[in-house]
Amino acid sequence: MRTKNILIFSLISSFFLIFLISIWKILATLQGLNINSFNIEVIFVSGFFISLAQIGINDRIKNIYKSIIFSFAVVICDGYLIQKLPLWYNIGVFLILYFFTNKISKYNYNNLKEEHSTQVILFDFLTLFGILFFSFVILFPFYMMIVTSFKTQIALLVNPLDFSINFSQDIKDLFKSYFVIFKSYKFGKYILTSTIVSVGTVVITLLFAIPAAYAVARLNFFGKNFLSTSILIIYMFPAIVLVIPLYTIFSQLGLRNSIEGLLIVYTATTLPVAIYMLQGYFKSIPKELEEAAIMDKLSWFGIITKIIIPLSIPAISSVALYVFMIAWNEFLFSLMFLDNPNSFTLSRAIQYLSGDAETPRQYLMAGSVVVTLPVLFIFVYFEKYLVSGLTAGSVKG
Amino acid sequence: MSDKLISSEKRTAYILTLPAVLLVFGIILFPIFSNVWISFKEVELKDIRIPEPRAKKIVKTISGETTKIKILYKLRNSSLLQEIRDVSFQDKFPKNFEIEKLDPRCSFEKHTLKCEFGNWPAKYREKLNVVFETNDGSNIDKKRLKLIKPKLDGKSDNILLNTNFTLKNFKKVLFENEFLDLLLTTFYYTFFGTVGSIVFGILTAQMVNQKFHGRTFMRSVLLFPYVAPVVALAYTWELLLDPNSGTLNSLLINYQIIETPINLLGQKYIELNVLGFDFKLRLALTTVIMFEIWRYFPLAFLFILARLQAIPKELYEAADVDGASPFQKFFKITLPQITAVISILFMIRFIWNFNKFEDVFLLTGGASGTRTLPINVYQQGFAISDIGMGSAVSIVIVLLLLMFMFFYFKLLGKRVDED
Repeated sequence: MRTKNILIFSLISSFFLIFLISIWKILATLQGLNINSFNIEVIFVSGFFISLAQIGINDRIKNIYKSIIFSFAVVICDGYLIQKLPLWYNIGVFLILYFFTNKISKYNYNNLKEEHSTQVILFDFLTLFGILFFSFVILFPFYMMIVTSFKTQIALLVNPLDFSINFSQDIKDLFKSYFVIFKSYKFGKYILTSTIVSVGTVVITLLFAIPAAYAVARLNFFGKNFLSTSILIIYMFPAIVLVIPLYTIFSQLGLRNSIEGLLIVYTATTLPVAIYMLQGYFKSIPKELEEAAIMDKLSWFGIITKIIIPLSIPAISSVALYVFMIAWNEFLFSLMFLDNPNSFTLSRAIQYLSGDAETPRQYLMAGSVVVTLPVLFIFVYFEKYLVSGLTAGSVKG
Repeated sequence: MSDKLISSEKRTAYILTLPAVLLVFGIILFPIFSNVWISFKEVELKDIRIPEPRAKKIVKTISGETTKIKILYKLRNSSLLQEIRDVSFQDKFPKNFEIEKLDPRCSFEKHTLKCEFGNWPAKYREKLNVVFETNDGSNIDKKRLKLIKPKLDGKSDNILLNTNFTLKNFKKVLFENEFLDLLLTTFYYTFFGTVGSIVFGILTAQMVNQKFHGRTFMRSVLLFPYVAPVVALAYTWELLLDPNSGTLNSLLINYQIIETPINLLGQKYIELNVLGFDFKLRLALTTVIMFEIWRYFPLAFLFILARLQAIPKELYEAADVDGASPFQKFFKITLPQITAVISILFMIRFIWNFNKFEDVFLLTGGASGTRTLPINVYQQGFAISDIGMGSAVSIVIVLLLLMFMFFYFKLLGKRVDED
């Protein structure tokens, strides 16, 4: 039983090591290093050996010395003797191995005797594996987007794997793609349009949503239940179904290619979410405050502006941030309604740019960075407010 | 007193909700009804434009005579298809102008030239010449004349408003449009995208629910694909997967995993041999589904994480006392606790994926076997310019969705009863 557990433990940990080193190798390849093989056999054997030795030596040598010795051995074997790679690569391998040996040092003879120990080990390593795997899979496209925007067309064609950025070059050359999209492709104008549309949508949505949400949360009126359920149903409704009728109506009214048209559609599509989120918050405000206000002969308008709004600033700002993000990211309606480059939003402009096969990809990526950064910035900065709203089901997509 | 208060409360409620309700109904519910209307009509993109009578005013000086001026109106019907009835024309002139020769259809009164042109057939064009002279001998300011624009008016049929209905669109959708293939593609895309995103959501939520350094950072990173603009992400993926110089193919070739690049977004089928069985995998569709899973698993992750954090710790402690293994704990405690969230997520994601347009459109444009129903709405309506067909397809989408929701709730209701 124990031998079996030791073998399984060594197998799992060596697979984990292979995964770690492979990711490091891929990243190193993308810095222009010429690595042609993962050397799985070597890594597997060393991982297996380290795990076995780890259990064998156990506490007889201090942890730090043990880790350093193991790491050195593998680095010299793999990186230095077999592949002859530069120092920074080997330092990376060393750190990975150090991390790895530290991770496995908590397992010893006694853990492995316990019931379910293999499952516990598997769970532990799966969690570690998952964290690294998902970080890599999610961050890699973003990394590529940013790095590509700093490269030149020729460099990208010569070696598509070389993603190293040459920081020694002139700032002007480094940011060339950004200068070009702002100068020749009028991205400044598109940013302005996108900002106007998004901020406008936020303002109008809040203007309409706050009174409606207050009514739904507090007042009794005929059709209240119908209204609050239909809000949810409308929220589920697909945008693609609205596209053709709205296109025909907007064409006949001359609202296509206009910011007003976009504002109307965006407001209408974000209103149900905004009302739904706000009324939930308004219900949590104690009623006594309003009763006191009614005693003071405050009108409904006064109650909303003097009591409700100041008390629900956090909820209102998170709704505002959401609506901003929805409007900023929106693509379908801007594709349908805008065909004149003068009224493009950022998303539509990037799509238009990509329609031309001649457009160098670094410009496309520079545009993508420009459209992505504000949203990610808002998201990371205000994350606390936003995550609770996300679970309330506010962002559709 | 209290009656008065109640009625005033009602009135206020209606005033407060009315703007929002009107806007939402106008932009969301009204179009859905007009969709039904349009889907029974033969309408093309070019029919949508309302025909207008137009006039271009050209002012010409007559050489040697400064008090005289010739004006040429180029009149036309903007539509190539429809006639305009009862076209009327109006143009104003300065007070000292007198007309020389009058067209029989026109009159000149109170310094205004008025004409009744009758009916203009489609593509109609005409040139109308008028000569004016000042009655006090003063010179004519050509620029000022140009600034005054003629007004035209006319009646025309709005093709959307007449009552000619046909079932042609629906017949075409169901019988000529490779409907089965379309439905199957949409189903694959929706189903596997939904299941995949939920599976990844469970995995990541389980992962983040454990304690480790940088957990909050990890949580925001996991949400990146969901909050970033779809345009940027789709083009980045396209670059990543590009067969000629894309990073993924270059990497795979570099590490000798494949010999020739694979066109992951442009190849319909790939032959695979698994355990001795040959089968064809729909490659481009699979890639698009992967993108969808990548982009939408964060939503499942968040919902499930919120639920996981609400599971009482005592349950796990009791399980530890009983000596349950981690897998047993997962299957016996965690999974039953999150089934309710998963069933809601399944419905939400199924509906939204079923209608997903942007992702597929940006990645493949619907080519190489990735044509889903929403893509078909766009293609019919705007690429083939058949608005009626596009509407019919979107009506089919709505009907399928309603059917899905009906059965889903029925099934869910049954299960709740059994519990």
